[in-house]
Amino acid sequence: MTAPTVSAPSTPMAVPSVSAATAAAGTTTSPAPTRTAGSSGAVGTSRTRLEGRAKVTGAARYAGEVPFAELAYGWLATSTVARGRIRSIGAEPVLAMPGVLAVLHHENAPRLKPGVGMMGPDATLQILQDDRVPHVGWPVALVVAETPEQARAAAEALVVTYDEEPHDVGFSSGHPGLHTPDGGPRARTDTEKGDIEAELAASAVVVDEEYTTPEEYHTAMEPHAAVARWEDGRLEVIDSNQGSHAVAQDLAKLFFLDATSVRVRSEHVGGAFGSKGLMRPHLIVAAMAATMLDRPVRVVLTRRQLFSMVGFRPATAQRIRLGAEPGGRLRALDHDATSFSSTINEYVEQSAQPSRVVYAADALRTRTRVVRLDVPTPSFMRAPGWAPGSFAIESAMDELAEKTGLDPITLRLRNEPEVGPASGLPFSSRNLIPCFEEGARRFGWTDRDPRPGTRRDGRWLLGTGMAAAAHSAGTAPSSASITAEADGTFTVRIAAADIGTGARTALTQIAADALETPLKTVRVKIADSDFGPAFLAGGSMGTASWAWAVTEAAAALREKLALVDQIPGEGTTARADTTELVMAMRGQERYAFGAQFAEVAVDVASGEVRVRRMLGTFAVGRVVNPLTARSQLIGGMIMGLSMALHEEGIRDTASGGLVNGDLAGYHVASNADVPVIEAGWVDDPDTYNPTGIKGLGEIGIVGVAAAIANAVWHATGIRHRSLPIRLDRVLTAGTAIENSIGGGAVTY
Amino acid sequence: MREFGYMRATDVTEAVSLLATDPEARFLGGGTNLVDLMKTGVENPALLIDVRELPLDRIEVADDGALKIGATVTNSDLAADPEVRRRYPALAQAVLAGASGQLRNMATVGGNLLQRTRCGYFGDTTQPCNKRVPGSGCPALTGEHHNHAILDWSEHCVATHPSDMGVALAAFDAVVSVHTADGPAELPLSEFYLPVGDTPHRETALPPGALITGVTLPAAPVAARSRYRKVRERASYAFANGSIAAALDVEDGTVRDVRLAFGAVASRPWRARKAEQALTGGPATPEAFAAAADAELAAARPLTHNGYKVPLIRNLVVAMLTELTQEDAR
Ligand SMILES: Cc1cc2nc3c(=O)[nH]c(=O)nc-3n(C[C@H](O)[C@H](O)[C@H](O)COP(=O)(O)OP(=O)(O)OC[C@H]3O[C@@H](n4cnc5c(N)ncnc54)[C@H](O)[C@@H]3O)c2cc1C
Ligand code: SF4
Repeated sequence: MTAPTVSAPSTPMAVPSVSAATAAAGTTTSPAPTRTAGSSGAVGTSRTRLEGRAKVTGAARYAGEVPFAELAYGWLATSTVARGRIRSIGAEPVLAMPGVLAVLHHENAPRLKPGVGMMGPDATLQILQDDRVPHVGWPVALVVAETPEQARAAAEALVVTYDEEPHDVGFSSGHPGLHTPDGGPRARTDTEKGDIEAELAASAVVVDEEYTTPEEYHTAMEPHAAVARWEDGRLEVIDSNQGSHAVAQDLAKLFFLDATSVRVRSEHVGGAFGSKGLMRPHLIVAAMAATMLDRPVRVVLTRRQLFSMVGFRPATAQRIRLGAEPGGRLRALDHDATSFSSTINEYVEQSAQPSRVVYAADALRTRTRVVRLDVPTPSFMRAPGWAPGSFAIESAMDELAEKTGLDPITLRLRNEPEVGPASGLPFSSRNLIPCFEEGARRFGWTDRDPRPGTRRDGRWLLGTGMAAAAHSAGTAPSSASITAEADGTFTVRIAAADIGTGARTALTQIAADALETPLKTVRVKIADSDFGPAFLAGGSMGTASWAWAVTEAAAALREKLALVDQIPGEGTTARADTTELVMAMRGQERYAFGAQFAEVAVDVASGEVRVRRMLGTFAVGRVVNPLTARSQLIGGMIMGLSMALHEEGIRDTASGGLVNGDLAGYHVASNADVPVIEAGWVDDPDTYNPTGIKGLGEIGIVGVAAAIANAVWHATGIRHRSLPIRLDRVLTAGTAIENSIGGGAVTY
Repeated sequence: MREFGYMRATDVTEAVSLLATDPEARFLGGGTNLVDLMKTGVENPALLIDVRELPLDRIEVADDGALKIGATVTNSDLAADPEVRRRYPALAQAVLAGASGQLRNMATVGGNLLQRTRCGYFGDTTQPCNKRVPGSGCPALTGEHHNHAILDWSEHCVATHPSDMGVALAAFDAVVSVHTADGPAELPLSEFYLPVGDTPHRETALPPGALITGVTLPAAPVAARSRYRKVRERASYAFANGSIAAALDVEDGTVRDVRLAFGAVASRPWRARKAEQALTGGPATPEAFAAAADAELAAARPLTHNGYKVPLIRNLVVAMLTELTQEDAR
């Protein structure tokens, strides 16, 4: 077995990498920041979050907490059948219950405009509009009362009867309803290059396997919440979302309102992971009730309701076929991805995406199929497509490494593409090889004995595994304004969202540098739809998109200021909108890359798998705030660990609902599951977006599950192709190693 | 969630008579299970009688060497007690393997024994469930049951008892002390939980209105060399998929005394008496341990998705007894 040979140019790399443990202990190193002449040097410097103190002292208010006089409380009642029609809603007795103000349902709720949606018509927004029940947990009524307790008691007492119809919630790659999705303008569902069957037939080594991932849920800490009220003829909303401007736009359309008569704010958000990217039912019903009652109404979803109303990652089944020469060069790569959506909307999990980007192959085919089931509507969850897709392709590459006898890194280096494998377009930058190189060095990969089952520690078999990671690094139009105040400070306004990532702090650093002013003179106000259009905190595009708008606004302001002697009392303001600049960007492939490494311990006698350490090295463009960047990467890696070993929504085929739709049943990794994690980055200059920022909110999760599954194989000699790698699966599969420990081989 | 009354009892007879004032009254221990179930509508008591101020929070050694544990001793205090740690280490380990620090600070011994199953259908009031609504059916039989019972279940219910503490108590022949309107009484733990039969909603032999006042562990030298091991889907904060409490006394390679109990395999903590019988007086070898486990598990009737529990428990028996034997040899 050869050690990986790296053929990358040996440019010196800045590797600002600090282990989680060290960072927690308070010593952080900062990367050498890429500074422009004359800047104040804020970018590239570690900063704690500006709102950190307000958050830990409770001064920061979330949408569910902001106090209002005269507030009424709404509580949703949800369907208990998976498909059918509402026959009756027993509103009368409930209206007589203490404190109850109203019961909204499909027969009395305000009519909404059909066809509204951020990314095309979104029928999940059509709440309380008809008697159709598309899945268990669909909102069927809102009870409004003087207190949350009264609202809840009444909602629970509400009797709803249904005409039930037969349902289908069972997904598999053999489902007869699988079809080519209509895709829409954004989504390429299929790609084809070369003759896949001929290349496979001519390949010396072939891998042909199916990989599956289960339903996975965002489980952000803060449940979705909103307060809606009418004030001075405007619908004023405090919501928990990832993009207030887009939500306000949709809300206005949905309620037949003028865009200017809706204002949405979302100052603090306690996590989202994609679930707060689109407008969600809590806000729609709060706006309905506020309109009907003419008083402020708050609606907060319960944890159980989050499991049926705010999206999730659908289960996937992916068949990968790889054909290679004996030396590992890929002749064929075929990625056939299937998943499901609801009967309401066709959400498509684009799991084949990584296979269009990461490896060169003579023939490359990707296919995406979807089946509509009687389930809640899935939606984007951290690294949609990339995360489940990377589990499949990166596991398959490990199997190919095994079959060709190559080191997994060597195999990947032999298939490094010159241009986008599916598109043929150039990469704006591609620093995956330095990630392998640096990650391997830091992890100690080079000394690895490739044979499975050779290391043990007491009852534990030990193994290591790795995987590549990629995530798109797009930019979307955004607008920002900056006011030079008379007192010498600056106020930046942008409808960005800080969902716990540190976006507010990063934008303050960006603005300070762009204005060449000390950080403390800059105040950044975010998450207010009145600030104008701005992209979501999503798709790993937020910081890159907003930073560009802020930089442009700063440039415009400095031009303006050069012409004035004195700043007037109301300040001097400049605005910028990057729509035209973004639209002019064409014809390149832009991605963040990474290499994930994991070491696991497996007790085959009990089936327990524990991750002992993880290391990720990433190429993410310019890093604005190393402290929060590292937190994002580590957080993503933890979520990847959780995906590998724990997370699984279990759907009951008989009822159509989830059996484990709460945090006791739906396991996310606990502290005790999370080992020492190191995350770092390599130099990745890329000014395709002039800010050089690529975004790093999602890349951390990509590839982790494969790295862990590959490590489990290395420990036990057994491939686990279905997530999560549950203990019953490990126990039943056992080990390919002779004379296993822990009481001997499993004999049942 | 229904509105409920709340009262605090300060002595045992008062607690029992307060409970008798309302047929829908319930005792409240730490509330870590009862209050959760009230929030989801599984339990709907009209009145809660808080027992935490009762003088039942002591752990004492009786004249005959037995350990008397009060019903309101918190799980944290139980696990930290020096006598428990020295004489019944498996009990301390079992308690610490459960829940989280915050929960253990609240949870009581009495409440722990009476905690309800974690079957997902039981906790979801929109689903049928014989345990919650007698006669409504058991969807787990053909549905999700990968963490359900393999031993002694009936077609009416296949749920497990989730307690870790209870497994160690079962291994050490615990006796439950109760108090009713007729006065104090005792109930061995082996008779405390009822067989499932066709009444899965009737879980214990506690007389109606009875207060648990404590648990007594008879003196048992073998228990000083005991251990608890819990296998679960994440490293903490998860219920067991299988667990084992074991105590072993080996002399000259022969098993003199052994205690074995399993968790997460049946509707009650499972004392493995057949395995104990097979082992006692025989050789302390891995082969004998495996044979003993097989003797106990011969009665296992796995469902479609929980068959892994059979080899899991078998492997745990062998691994645990082997470890204890090696320790003994040192
Ligand atoms: C998130 C979570 C994780 C958990 N993980 C585990 C785990 O891993 N392992 C484990 O074993 N347990 C676990 N538990 C369960 C926990 O151990 C129990 O909730 C706890 O022991 C119950 O004790 P309590 O005093 O809070 O009972 P309560 O909730 O107060 O009461 C439970 C029941 O006992 C009755 N009761 C209470 N005291 C008396 C008395 N003196 N006499 C008569 N009746 C009484 C009540 O009426 C009620 O019916 C977990 C719980 C939670 C919430
Ligand atoms: S196993 Fe028992 S608790 Fe679970 S659904 Fe069946 S009857 Fe109810």
